[in-house]
Amino acid sequence: MRARTLGQKLQLALRYAILCALSILFLLPFYLILRNALMTDAQITSPHWQWFPLQPHWENFRELFADKTAFMWVGLRNSAIIATTTLVLQMLFSSMAGYALARIPSRASRSVFGSVLLTLMIPGAVTFVPTFAMMAWVGGVNTLWGVIAPGLFSAFSIFLFRQFYLGFPTEIEEAGMMDGLGYAGIYWRLVLPNSRAVLMSLGVLAFVGTWNTFLWPLVVGQNPSSWTVQIVLSTFLTGQTVQLHELFAAALVAVLPLVVVFLFMQRYIVEGITFSGGKE
Amino acid sequence: MTTTTQTARDGENRARKRLGTELSFWGFVTPAMAGLVLFMAIPMVWGFLLSLSRAQNTIHFGHFIGVRNYTDLLTDPEFLNSLWTIFVFTLFIVPTTFVFSLWLAIAVHNIPRGKAFFRTVFFIPTAVSYAAASLIARMSFYSGQSNGFANHIIGLFGLAPIQWIGTASPPWYWLVLVSVRLWLQVGFYMIIFLAALQQIPRSLYEAAALDGASGGFTVFRYITLPQLRAATVSVLLLNLIAAFQAFDEFYNILGGSGSSSGNIGLARPPLVYIYNVALSSQDFGRGAAGGFIITFIIVAFTLAQSRLFGFGSAKEGR
Repeated sequence: MRARTLGQKLQLALRYAILCALSILFLLPFYLILRNALMTDAQITSPHWQWFPLQPHWENFRELFADKTAFMWVGLRNSAIIATTTLVLQMLFSSMAGYALARIPSRASRSVFGSVLLTLMIPGAVTFVPTFAMMAWVGGVNTLWGVIAPGLFSAFSIFLFRQFYLGFPTEIEEAGMMDGLGYAGIYWRLVLPNSRAVLMSLGVLAFVGTWNTFLWPLVVGQNPSSWTVQIVLSTFLTGQTVQLHELFAAALVAVLPLVVVFLFMQRYIVEGITFSGGKE
Repeated sequence: MTTTTQTARDGENRARKRLGTELSFWGFVTPAMAGLVLFMAIPMVWGFLLSLSRAQNTIHFGHFIGVRNYTDLLTDPEFLNSLWTIFVFTLFIVPTTFVFSLWLAIAVHNIPRGKAFFRTVFFIPTAVSYAAASLIARMSFYSGQSNGFANHIIGLFGLAPIQWIGTASPPWYWLVLVSVRLWLQVGFYMIIFLAALQQIPRSLYEAAALDGASGGFTVFRYITLPQLRAATVSVLLLNLIAAFQAFDEFYNILGGSGSSSGNIGLARPPLVYIYNVALSSQDFGRGAAGGFIITFIIVAFTLAQSRLFGFGSAKEGR
């Protein structure tokens, strides 16, 4: 490190000060969830601000999961099923298509890729009403598969996998060809195991996106049996009477899994965003 | 074996091999493409036909009424209001997100210690859903009661509690909506900028230093910013498209509780309008038409923005 002048030192100190202040601001909402989740309603609404409950009310969580009208278990279970299914199947379908578009020569390759690019430009705003109509027609409303199905297919991830496989080393496939493997064998035994990093990156992003998505589950899952955890939160929020302590306990339960995923998978998530953000 | 049968067999083999390759190709792309047709192409067509139909309390098109749904929408003050709302929101959110995330990226990039810590802190809100963030904002941070966090803080300075969400004037609810989205998304865009900053060759800065360009702003203006062109285009575009389709935080922060309609009348974005028309009032024709109008606006803005920044430059920058 080169020596700094006094002015540069001051500037750096100022920068650290601003960053620290912003960090506190960014972490505040997390603190507020935790604080309120461990308080009674009376403590939360008390005019005397308490920075942290002296006796944390952990029983709020037990109460939340015991509350038959909250549907917390159902929401968590549905969200886990929906996000996991989407993660696995979207990665499989997209990587297959992306691999074929990059590596299997076909007369249709150009037109198939062209249509992928075309669907990339369709915003969700235009499709959600007719997709609901279609779902109602085939009986997918209020079912888990109705919530899941549209999210399994993503033009964007097909596009990203194609870009990835364009730069994939050909030696691996050539070795497979020598061993007499067909495209399916090469893909399954050689290409997929060697794409672990990109599968992780885009997979985590798909999982997070699906867990947090709101509009489609709201539209198609009107019955509590098909609610995701986000719909549970929203219903809580817009309900007739609000149980504040349960509400914040629910928020904590909904947010915590993803915060953990983010902390442990940060490297992959950052790679995924970098990979997809630069491709626009 | 004569040469003619040899070539004939070769040709046959090649034809079979090509057929095999074609079949493999289709085997690989069919699951994904079938899904895109089913959930993109068909809804587009269905939606278009619905938008030209009188489809009230029915999901079926067929009772064609021309462009009536479109003209009805464009003369409905509530819909025009929703367009105005989203223009204002976009006007707030896009520049603030851009400046804020770029500033964060540069600040985090240029500190000698604690990079990973600060990056994580600013990035972690990206894990939170809009529904959960709306909940915290509405019930705790910006709660209108004196026990809300913001009101508690301003109370320390002797100020009276503010109705952050419930009043039309002063329009504090814009602060709530904008800050919630900022909190949720600046970390994401910061990551894109950080990655781009790492790509800038050190030699450029050294050359600038030799040329006597030492001032922070000059270097930023003539080296950093042009080098971030691709990332900038990407950030602005993603952000703009997302802003036009805002739904979650408006619905959850301003939406009614119980039987009251809440404060959504203060700022109802187009997607909430479409949701209400299609799912609550069951007018699918009109809802579908609204979707096409929003899409048209998004596409127009995207094209304008691409033209503004140049189409090819996104590639040049890398």
